[in-house]
Amino acid sequence: MRTTLLKAGLLAGVGLFAANAAQAVEIEYWQYVFDARVKAMDQLIENFEAANPGVTVKHVTFPYADYQTRVVAAHAAGRGPDVVQLFYGWTDNFVDGGILQPLSQEAFPHAQIEEDFFPIVTAMKREGEYWGLPTAVRSLALFYNKDLFEEAGLDPESPPTTLDEWVAAAEATTKRDGAGNMISAGTTLDMAGQDHHWWREVLVRQFGGEPYTDDYRTVTYDSEAGRAALEWYTDLQLEKGVGAAGFMDEGQAAFRAGLAAMTIDGTFRLGAFRSIESFEWGVAELPAGPDGTRSNYSSYFANGIGASAEGEELEAAEKFLAYITSEEAMEVWLETVGELPARREVALTEANLADPIYGPFLRGLEYAHTTLFVDEAAQRQLIIDATNRILLQGQSPEAALEQAARDEQALIDARN
Amino acid sequence: MARISARTSEPGVVTTAPLPSPTSPEAPPRGWHRLSMSQKQVVWAWGFLALPILFYAGIRFYPTLDAFWLSLTDWNLLRPARFVGLENYARLVSDPQFWQVFNNTFAYLLIGTPTSIVIAFVIAYYLDRVRFMHGLIRALYFLPFLTTAAAMAWVWRWFYQPPPIGAINGFLATFGIPAQPFLRSTEQALPAIMVTAIWAGLGFQIIIFMAGLRAIPGTYYEAARIDGLGELAILRKITLPLLKPTTVFLVVLSSIGFLRIFDQVYNMTTNDPGGPLGSTKPLVLMIYQSAFSSYEMGYAAAQTVVLFSILLVVSLLQLWILRERT
Repeated sequence: MRTTLLKAGLLAGVGLFAANAAQAVEIEYWQYVFDARVKAMDQLIENFEAANPGVTVKHVTFPYADYQTRVVAAHAAGRGPDVVQLFYGWTDNFVDGGILQPLSQEAFPHAQIEEDFFPIVTAMKREGEYWGLPTAVRSLALFYNKDLFEEAGLDPESPPTTLDEWVAAAEATTKRDGAGNMISAGTTLDMAGQDHHWWREVLVRQFGGEPYTDDYRTVTYDSEAGRAALEWYTDLQLEKGVGAAGFMDEGQAAFRAGLAAMTIDGTFRLGAFRSIESFEWGVAELPAGPDGTRSNYSSYFANGIGASAEGEELEAAEKFLAYITSEEAMEVWLETVGELPARREVALTEANLADPIYGPFLRGLEYAHTTLFVDEAAQRQLIIDATNRILLQGQSPEAALEQAARDEQALIDARN
Repeated sequence: MARISARTSEPGVVTTAPLPSPTSPEAPPRGWHRLSMSQKQVVWAWGFLALPILFYAGIRFYPTLDAFWLSLTDWNLLRPARFVGLENYARLVSDPQFWQVFNNTFAYLLIGTPTSIVIAFVIAYYLDRVRFMHGLIRALYFLPFLTTAAAMAWVWRWFYQPPPIGAINGFLATFGIPAQPFLRSTEQALPAIMVTAIWAGLGFQIIIFMAGLRAIPGTYYEAARIDGLGELAILRKITLPLLKPTTVFLVVLSSIGFLRIFDQVYNMTTNDPGGPLGSTKPLVLMIYQSAFSSYEMGYAAAQTVVLFSILLVVSLLQLWILRERT
């Protein structure tokens, strides 16, 4: 443990000697309330304080619903945290608002970051500087109910690997009653959940398109491929009838209740699904597209340094950030929270890759994309609405997508 | 000031003015002692009143006024506010979503208020005559009013689910009626949510109506019956006119409630707030989203000013209309 720590310290360019030299310094670490995350962070703080006498870390948490508002309000009041957790999608807002300071290149050399972390870490780069580093990352995978597979005569140990196989499995597992009402879905259809990411970053690409230009400032999904992808998605309900938006209220609820054979969800759902006792479930990589294209959507919470930290506090904050993004911290995080390590070396071990649950998520990380949202909730809403216009109002996928693309472009332009 | 001093001094003057000042029989009265008893009462009254007034001014009036100023800026919590004139209002007028939300808000008001008042009156009218288990029935009607709106909204949300779990659809199915989409339909979602809001407020309105009914002197009814008036005529000529103050109170209160509807909508549509396709979104939810999801405080403040004006106009209008006709 000592050696890993030392390595992390050296890597950050801050020797452990500095720790002893520092006088009693207190820094504040902010994150949102989520039991496993709070527990993991408490443990990391304990380890860090033991290795750095004289530095204490105050762990402050807020409910997720007000977390962002609290950070912004505290900054406005001049009482911001020294190290703060933020969703990568908030980076634009936080950088523009002066909440964060760039990570010093001495403590966190760019070449080192780009070599050690998964490439999605570049979503934290603005104006040639890194503004935060993740401890853990998330990706999507296909969850499937082994009992329902078996019941439908499918092999519960060989989940679908292509979209065609996936549709076939969904058709085989869908159950309806005499009146034609769905009583168990082949797949969940929930754009408000993870499906909008799946459509945006995976399906659009698999149908031969690109959702955005590389800088995510121009919407390009209003294309033949985007339309085909959206039509394919809505046809799952309208033509094939293997799922229904709103079935069991939420996709994850339907899967949890054992009333949906398949759902696409993220690593963060593992905690909730682990408590399922009524059936066996498995995880598989997202199905490949017609031409074998694979893609995934990855997201993460990063840790950045507050703009107000300076002097000894800044030094302590840098040391703490280096520690919570070290290999050791990632192992603790994987064990406690179940989220994937952000460093390739820690993540892609043979044991992890062979793990029936982590394996598919980790393989997905290799080819994952990370959407640079300007307002995730608003951008998600546009895709939800486009889908609802097709499902509820019979609009053509062409018109629905055209409107979504126009509105989303306006949204992006307004924020630049 | 004049009104308060007049009110507080009236009773005081008669009883206390003639008394000599007990504290300073010799030295000329100074400061506090120079004041007469009635003046002291005024000072005390203002002293006590000042606290809530200051408190109110600080946490109510100042933010309200500040919202007017904010609505003229592009403040987003992060950057300092910049004056943009009426830009936010111009954007509001040209935002199709705002007009949809505006229509939704008035749909809640114009359907919700009369429906809830009529139902509450009918129930109160008949409940007033029921003696058998009167207290229990009244308590049952009042119960939803005591329950947290969020909890109720979630229960109703599950009632409205499609088969196989939705209780209402399960009930319809036993009569062979096809499953209804309810919250998943752009036409049915708003009425579906409104029903829960009406149901939640009903208990309170029934209690107030019953209090109003009890306050009408029984002799009026006796006289009317002796004169041979029918039940319907009694209702029209005596009950309803005498119940007018109660009705005005409830209409104003219920209108404000429906104009500010939020809890039910937000909790029943968390996955797609105000959806599907914005068909259930009221103004307050749009304000909430602009402010705390998109952080467009200036734009949200402009919407707040619009809501404030609507509430003000609707309340004044109702007070005026319902008072004119008495």
